[in-house]
Amino acid sequence: MTFEQLLQYIFSGLTSGSIYALTALGFTLIYNATGLINFAQGELVMLGGLSAVGLYQAGLPLPVAFLGSLTIVLIVTVLFQQLAIRPLLSRGVLAQVIATVGASLALRTAAMMIFGREALPLPAFSGDTPIRIFGASLNPQTLWVVGSTLLIVLALQLFYRRTLTGKAVRACAVNPLAARLMGVSYSNVVLLSFAVSGAISAAAGVMITPISFMTYSSGALLGLKGFAAAALGGLGNPVGAVVGGVALGILEGLGVGLVSSGYKDAIAFVILLLVLFLRPQGIFGGKAVEQE
Amino acid sequence: MHKILVAAVAACLVVVVLFSGCGGTTTGSSEASAGTDATTAPAGTAAADSQGGQLTGDPIVIGAVVSTTGPNAPLGEPERMALELFEKQINAAGGVLGRPLDVVVLDDQSNAKEAVTATQRLLQQEKAVAVIGASGSASTLAMKAITAQAGIPQIAMAASNNITSEPPSDWIWRVAPKDDLAVERAVSHVAEGLRVTKIAVLYDENAFGSSGLAQIEKVKDRYGIEVVAKESYKTDETDLTAQLTKLKGSNPEALIVWGTNPGPAVAAKNLKQLAWDIPYVGSHGIANAKFIELAGEAAEGVTFPTTKILFPESITDPEQKALIEKLITDYTAEFGQAPNHFSSHGWDGIAVLVAAIEQAKSTEPAALQAALNGLTDFTGADGIFTYTATDHDGLKVDDLIMVRVEGGKWALAQ
Repeated sequence: MTFEQLLQYIFSGLTSGSIYALTALGFTLIYNATGLINFAQGELVMLGGLSAVGLYQAGLPLPVAFLGSLTIVLIVTVLFQQLAIRPLLSRGVLAQVIATVGASLALRTAAMMIFGREALPLPAFSGDTPIRIFGASLNPQTLWVVGSTLLIVLALQLFYRRTLTGKAVRACAVNPLAARLMGVSYSNVVLLSFAVSGAISAAAGVMITPISFMTYSSGALLGLKGFAAAALGGLGNPVGAVVGGVALGILEGLGVGLVSSGYKDAIAFVILLLVLFLRPQGIFGGKAVEQE
Repeated sequence: MHKILVAAVAACLVVVVLFSGCGGTTTGSSEASAGTDATTAPAGTAAADSQGGQLTGDPIVIGAVVSTTGPNAPLGEPERMALELFEKQINAAGGVLGRPLDVVVLDDQSNAKEAVTATQRLLQQEKAVAVIGASGSASTLAMKAITAQAGIPQIAMAASNNITSEPPSDWIWRVAPKDDLAVERAVSHVAEGLRVTKIAVLYDENAFGSSGLAQIEKVKDRYGIEVVAKESYKTDETDLTAQLTKLKGSNPEALIVWGTNPGPAVAAKNLKQLAWDIPYVGSHGIANAKFIELAGEAAEGVTFPTTKILFPESITDPEQKALIEKLITDYTAEFGQAPNHFSSHGWDGIAVLVAAIEQAKSTEPAALQAALNGLTDFTGADGIFTYTATDHDGLKVDDLIMVRVEGGKWALAQ
């Protein structure tokens, strides 16, 4: 394998990996507040992408469509939390997880009815001219995804560590009962986490549609890879989600290059299982979050 | 907290199994994406009952199951319109065996279960002597189980290979070109059009893509083609540059991409990103406006197989040329839009049956079966059909043409 090829596999991995990382961030937020795995996360990303396409095709400028899509998904997520999750808060996590599985099917079907079964495109934010680095090429849209991922992680870290609300959210994750005794409104924290998670997922959807298009069924694979990335990095840790996502993407890229595309997913998931076996809390997970 | 994680991972595994199960069945064949936007939404059942007027005697009833609603409506509507046009013209010209022809068209709503109900109604209540259908491969296979058991001829219009390749196939004949035929046309284009021998194959892991690869491997020696590299992808995969980089390492002279949207469009964009200038030969699954919409400029120069009706000037057989030109004129006058290859499937479906009835001078199933198996050099809109007792597909590689995307439009390749 030449150096050019190796670099190209890593760039390919970076493109997929940054997409996984953005999806993983959504998982992290909700898990942090509720200990819940939201299986509708991939569908929120899909809905974000398709809503933006719908608004853009209706004639709105791209930035407006972007914000509109954020608003739509935020409203959908808040409604879902209020109507389906809130009544189940006292029923334990499993009931809520099942509600999210139901929501994922409902969102997928609704998207199929509204947007049809065909893939839909969105123009790239800053053109299609690839960036050449040492003979390998990088899609400029990837830089948008990577850049916004870093920005979101930074903002989240500041929020969790420097603000009172952020600390309240982390307190709820560690011990909801104790947090409530300290005067934290648990239901408000949960609502806030869902809302921010929805907005981040929508942003992810809008930014990846120019790279890979979007169909009503795209959410399934995105959600799966996003969850794997979050688990790899350590559930509940935003930095872990990003590292996990990029690591998963690059593993897949190298898997194609060194072995074969047929085994790409198998390689990535075997490594995921190994990591979880040796370090069940993930690379950055567990104690670090609870200590602070 | 640990229990929660265990429960979550368990649930995740269940979801993985569910999704991987779904992927195989829902994207199995090409027709789901062969059509473009579902802009037509007509009333549920379109029964065409125009009577010839001066004709006497009991009508000959032929049933048809097409999808005029649901996701396959872009396929079913042109099929229905062609059936109506044929019925009207033949009754005006004296009917079949001196009897009026009655084509009863039912809608399956793009749903295999509805296709079963519709077929049973056609056979039991309408007493159809033969049936045509359906628009999609899943519905066609569901109908096949019924017609094979009842011993009633069925004409299929969908592309999936197993419609005719898997038993029971004694009572089913096909008018549309099947998936394998399109594969062979693409391979022959590489050998005879591009005149190169080393190809790389990028294929979707679903049934459509993997059966495409299998067929490439099967016919490659006949055309002196060598497959120097092959890689696969999942239908919804986000980025294919890793696969393309790997394929590029084997220095192929042409790239065949076998899949349906959006994968081939992602591949086209990624090729451009990698600045890899190689002839791109696609499947008939991208023979639609959607591919150009998705891939944009990256679609330029991509070639793929399709039927001749879109380029009547490509037809060398004078009889077929006259037939298609008349079909285009009459169809456009009747419906205000040009016919496409689904219209030609509908037209050929009924034309083949009427030819068999006239040759057999009977509507008895056994006589029709013998007449269909003996049909030789019959000129249809899709091509020249020759059925035998073992070949129920009728068409040949020459019945397909290669189209190239030029300036955001289709142009005849070569």
